[in-house]
Amino acid sequence: MKKLSARRRHPLAALVVLLLALACTGGLYAAFAPASKAQADDSAQSLTIDEGKKLYAVGCASCHGTGGQGTSDGPSLVGVGAAAVDFQVGTGRMPAATSQGPQVVKKKNIYTQAEIDQLAAYISSLGSGPAVPTKAEYGPEGADIAKGGELFRTNCAQCHNFTGKGGALTKGKFAPTLEDVDPKHLYEAMQTGPQNMPSFPDTTLSEQNKKDIIAYLHAVNSSDTDNPGGLELGGVGPVSEGLFAWIFGLGALIAVAVWVAARTAKAKKS
Amino acid sequence: MSTTENHDSAVTRERGKAPAGERIADWADGRLGIYSLAKSNMRKIFPDHWSFMLGEVCMYSFIIIILTGVYLTLFFHPSMTEVEYHGSYVPLQGQLMSEAFSSTLHISFDVRGGLLIRQIHHWAALIFLAGMFVHMMRVFFTGAFRKPREVNWLFGFLLFVLGMFTGFTGYSLPDDLLSGTGVRFTQGAILSMPIVGTYISMFLFGGEFPGHDFVARFYSIHILLLPGIMLGLMVGHLILVFYHKHTQFAGPGKSNKNVVGMPLLPVYMAKAGGFFFLVFGVIAAIAAVAQINPIWAMGPYRPDQVSTGAQPDWYMGFAEGLIRFMPGWEINLWGHTLVLGVFIPLVLFGVVLAALALYPFIEAWITGDKREHHILDRPRNAPTRTALGVAWVTMYMITLVGGGNDLWATHFHLSINTITWFVRIFFFVGPVIAYIATKRICLGLQRRDKDKVLHGRETGTIKRLPHGEFIEIHEPLSQEQLHTLTAHEQYEPAAIGATVDENGVERKVTGKEKLRAKISGAYFGEDQQIPKPTVEEYKEITSGHGHH
Repeated sequence: MKKLSARRRHPLAALVVLLLALACTGGLYAAFAPASKAQADDSAQSLTIDEGKKLYAVGCASCHGTGGQGTSDGPSLVGVGAAAVDFQVGTGRMPAATSQGPQVVKKKNIYTQAEIDQLAAYISSLGSGPAVPTKAEYGPEGADIAKGGELFRTNCAQCHNFTGKGGALTKGKFAPTLEDVDPKHLYEAMQTGPQNMPSFPDTTLSEQNKKDIIAYLHAVNSSDTDNPGGLELGGVGPVSEGLFAWIFGLGALIAVAVWVAARTAKAKKS
Repeated sequence: MSTTENHDSAVTRERGKAPAGERIADWADGRLGIYSLAKSNMRKIFPDHWSFMLGEVCMYSFIIIILTGVYLTLFFHPSMTEVEYHGSYVPLQGQLMSEAFSSTLHISFDVRGGLLIRQIHHWAALIFLAGMFVHMMRVFFTGAFRKPREVNWLFGFLLFVLGMFTGFTGYSLPDDLLSGTGVRFTQGAILSMPIVGTYISMFLFGGEFPGHDFVARFYSIHILLLPGIMLGLMVGHLILVFYHKHTQFAGPGKSNKNVVGMPLLPVYMAKAGGFFFLVFGVIAAIAAVAQINPIWAMGPYRPDQVSTGAQPDWYMGFAEGLIRFMPGWEINLWGHTLVLGVFIPLVLFGVVLAALALYPFIEAWITGDKREHHILDRPRNAPTRTALGVAWVTMYMITLVGGGNDLWATHFHLSINTITWFVRIFFFVGPVIAYIATKRICLGLQRRDKDKVLHGRETGTIKRLPHGEFIEIHEPLSQEQLHTLTAHEQYEPAAIGATVDENGVERKVTGKEKLRAKISGAYFGEDQQIPKPTVEEYKEITSGHGHH
């Protein structure tokens, strides 16, 4: 002991203590910490889930229940999957406004993509569901636009109109316009069927089908679409065309008629 | 004839050769008699008013439709043979479609000027029908349909109805998803007819819908049958306008026996010719700027596909509306189904139009007036007719709202169910409100006219009299204005004639007579029109005390 105490003021004593302490901590960590690499990843995941759970508790739990089991104000989220969360939160539909109309509408998204991913991770931890699609799934490569058009007219046009301009449903509900909707959100909507929309899982519309539809929509209803005939007039068909014909067609012609009639060769103009 | 000609040529030889124009005119006169025709018609007088040019708008747009239609027939293939598309519109490449659809795509994308001509054709059609509608309203509200013009009213009415069906058959030709839905709708309406419906449908489509025939059949109807009849009716319409001479509004110097205006040549020829190019210009400008019926966006017709927002062109919109707001009633009896939800709208479609066709005859029966009328009524001076007309237009417009109920819902953030119920109720209530309101407005305007005649025009100048009273100075109207405001005649309500003849024998009063007396009372009875100021009233007021 004396030997030890005699050397305690040795210039290297602090270094030795530090090394010992480090070795001790490291040893203890090695002994108690989860050993395998996979388990280390899981902890990152659980961290994400934890974060997601916190976000959930603030933004979603009041309607969907503290464990996502659903309440009278909102459906259960068990098994809806990450794709549903990414769509609903990413398009700003969720969290919904407290005073809703007939349906929850698209609005400004207030979450970052990282936060949405955390929420999605939490929700998918409650029960497995469709995952968020990758760019390879919804991207334009390898898509058949014409096939997409055919599929769109068969499956989607009843509610969304020929080129996805939207349409009315019962009691104030509506199928929204699909103009310039993010391809990822289009994919997720087909996959999960938000609100009044039926879902089109891969067994109904294959991954390739969805890709085709997305490519078709981009071709006919996006800011890149050109209208060879001129002004599109809303693209909603003959009602707006009729209105235009009456107001600008016949209206202009009546104005011209008034003008012509007012400029007559007056025989006796005093 | 030949001797005169010899004589004439002898004279001309002495003077030297006549100018070429004169010789051509002489040549034509010898064969067609154009001199006497020109003599009687060149100085034909037409009155001036912008509303008299609405018919011209229709005629010119009809000519434009024929001209552009001929161009389209050069490239359109009226065939339902299935082909695979390999044209320049990428989003349809490789799709199966009828030849009709693919040739319309070809016109739109690959024929020089094809899309512009197609759009002129379609816009002109919408404007043609809208023009006819407004022209008809002008004729209605000014009473221009009265004797001797009832037949011409019917010609015009037929032009409107045939125009609707010509438009409908043309709209169906491209065989796109939108028009195919419309054809299916029509087939449904045909099927709803009891007993004959299925037979007519099978006959029209050559079997089950859609079959392989309807495009070719609609094509002959669209380019030959209906426009042929319409052209004939239009010529007849114009001949009758020449024969009856044009109507005019009342005014100084204008009577039931004259027409005050400008001669056909040169004034109206120049104006009408210029107006044709203005109409063509406006329609071409619209067609160049605004897209119409983008069939490439709709895709080819397939009976298993349908889109939301499938409406017909505006002139068939009221048929669409009648179907959309009609509850889906049906009766099932003895193994047969009577689809009232479709059949009642089909009947109403006919009734709404027939009411328009028959009105001149109904009014003539009520007034019992057998005289000719060449002076137009101001709408306010025929309050009941005006009110009935506005009620009809209101009903028509409400059914149009019903026909576009889904777009009203999406664009005004309303519930489609609420709109449908609104239309159901206002289909009945709207015309009643419109009738009452219009009549009150007309009577108010009549009172105003009477006031103006008797008390003069309000000048807005306030004068203070020496004893402190303030008065507004009223300026008496000119003789011309007084004439114009009092030129209309007012009918007495028809009374049931003597029920006892000179021998004291009582005759039976028929129900028809009673009905007529009742309706006539509603038209011309007390409080249904404001009595015109009489000469005595006018003299009494204008002779005496100065300050009015």
